[in-house]
Amino acid sequence: MANTALVAEHTARTLYDHLPLLQVLVPFCAAPLIVLLGSRRLAWPLAFVSSAIALIISVMLMMSVREGGYISYTMGGWSPPLGIEYRIDATNAYVLMLISAIGTVVLPFAYVSVKDEIRSKDHSLFYACWMLCLTGLLGMVATGDAFNVFVFLEISSLSTYVLVAQGAARDRRALTAAYDYLIMGTIGATFFVIGLGMLYMATGTLNMADLADRIADQGANRTVRSGFAFIVVGLGLKVAMFPLHLWLPKAYTFAPSAVTVFLSATATKAALYVLMRFIFSVYHPDFSFTTNALEIIFLPLAIIAMFSASFVAAFQINFKRMLAYSSIAQVGYMLLGIAILTETGLTAALLHMFNHGLAKALLFMGVGALVLRTGSAFYTQISGLGRKMPLTCGAIVVGGLSLIGVPGTAGFLSKWLLVQAALERVAENSSFLLVSIAIVLSSLLAVVYVWRVFEVLYLREPDPNSTATEAPLMMLIPMWILAGSCLWFGLSTDFLYDIANQAALGLLDGSMGMLDSNEALGVK
Amino acid sequence: MIFHHLILRVVTKLLVGTIILFALYVQFHGDFSPGGGFQAGVIMAVAFILYGIVFSLESVKKVFPEWLVHKILALGVLIYAGTGIATMLLGYDFLDYDAFAPLHPTHGQHWGLLAIEFGVGVTVTGVMVAIYYAFAGRPPSLTDEDW
Repeated sequence: MANTALVAEHTARTLYDHLPLLQVLVPFCAAPLIVLLGSRRLAWPLAFVSSAIALIISVMLMMSVREGGYISYTMGGWSPPLGIEYRIDATNAYVLMLISAIGTVVLPFAYVSVKDEIRSKDHSLFYACWMLCLTGLLGMVATGDAFNVFVFLEISSLSTYVLVAQGAARDRRALTAAYDYLIMGTIGATFFVIGLGMLYMATGTLNMADLADRIADQGANRTVRSGFAFIVVGLGLKVAMFPLHLWLPKAYTFAPSAVTVFLSATATKAALYVLMRFIFSVYHPDFSFTTNALEIIFLPLAIIAMFSASFVAAFQINFKRMLAYSSIAQVGYMLLGIAILTETGLTAALLHMFNHGLAKALLFMGVGALVLRTGSAFYTQISGLGRKMPLTCGAIVVGGLSLIGVPGTAGFLSKWLLVQAALERVAENSSFLLVSIAIVLSSLLAVVYVWRVFEVLYLREPDPNSTATEAPLMMLIPMWILAGSCLWFGLSTDFLYDIANQAALGLLDGSMGMLDSNEALGVK
Repeated sequence: MIFHHLILRVVTKLLVGTIILFALYVQFHGDFSPGGGFQAGVIMAVAFILYGIVFSLESVKKVFPEWLVHKILALGVLIYAGTGIATMLLGYDFLDYDAFAPLHPTHGQHWGLLAIEFGVGVTVTGVMVAIYYAFAGRPPSLTDEDW
């Protein structure tokens, strides 16, 4: 007994309308499919194809929002704020692009590395976890629903713990590293969800845009404030913000090489994006407590991280562990960019996110290639390999230079912008002069720890008994793609800069507000 | 060993079928009475776990082998996601069940929910049994070199 009069006219959705969802759905479906097929041979191609599709989708999304504005996608026909909304604007399209690009580039590298480092019976489950991790990271960036962020955060975290523990096939310490990460990560996620609970109590909504609208009316509400504190600490753990970073060096050192590459370039970045989203879009810097938190907590902690982690990195004797410490320092730069709280500062933070992702993924790939050939990442084991593995070590040099921020590489641009952002604020607060000096000084520490690697690789005599040969092509191609992009984005700066700038402007504008209900019914 | 616990074994044999039947009832009657995919999945898993506790892990693994557990675990997720993909292919939002009966959305919602709840039930059964297998099978599967 169909009553057509009561049924609203429906315009069929096209594939293009579904892009924000497909971004997450494609890798998500790949994971159970890999388990269901259970084939060792099909696992990798499936993973690779779905990551590549995710990359294409993210580029298409980027192209449609790079001029500003946003795309909203609603689940199950429930319009936001009741239903879950995916909201893509310049900021998260940018991060989605970073995550899916790294995810796709790493997989060919992983093919060789995983074969070497992980028991073959675990391969299909390994790739299933990998796809779940990618899904979680993409999901927490794409979604516009605060609780949905938590769900995806957990999906990515849980699969990450499994992936890190896979290093146990090579070194048993991976198990304790994964366990440490599990405990810390769970505490972080719990704090985050406690914060969300407080927000929900104060506002009665979970949609980020709606939250922003309602928080604005709350003024100095203590629940909203403590929610902020919980969210910052919870996400701080995931980002590896300075005193909350202890899980990171172990997890990165003992995880399988491919996993370290993937995580170092994506996991902390996605968490950092969520942190920015909450600071700028849900809460707004107009709130005095937000600004205070940035100036009193983020700024000094970021600077301490830049120095202390770089300092520790300089004394490491394991290449992989050194890079892990350097990651903590680099996160410091990004947090500093956020704490400077200007357009330039945010642009620098976002750019550094991307550039550091490229450089760190490249360097960890280099470590992976060295480990494949020598079985260890200790400086004593890899000394003098610059002559035996020239292409691998060449790529490491490019990555190292970008990490330091040598002109002509991508890292230079973001560090330069960061210094510029600090100098811009000198006029109102002269202590920012010290901040800019700190950036330069800590970069010198980066020179120290990167130089140590160069010295080990090129100036020391190789072990005469070493049988190391050049890394396989499956590893070299992804490495040189990343090395090429490190150089390309260092020389042709406009593309990334424009996008990062647009993203920064979007963040500083705060929330874009809720759609009105008519608009919400159709995909914009 | 098989001669011990005669009463338990007889009762278990009687109960297993009933439990599975009840699980299916909770699964497919979930939209009219309390229940749904998660509860049904747990109840379904209980049937296997009970069988495993009374008749040994080996016998339950003969009935419900480990590889099958892993497959249905993934299958349920795919049923859920597949329902959403079906609605997308019909031109509606992801998981907008109106798509299944555009002229009578209530029916569409009904069918869509049955489908996803079935997916949930399948996965939960798999996960619960997998957890039981993992714990119950723990000592033999750890060799000395694993430590």
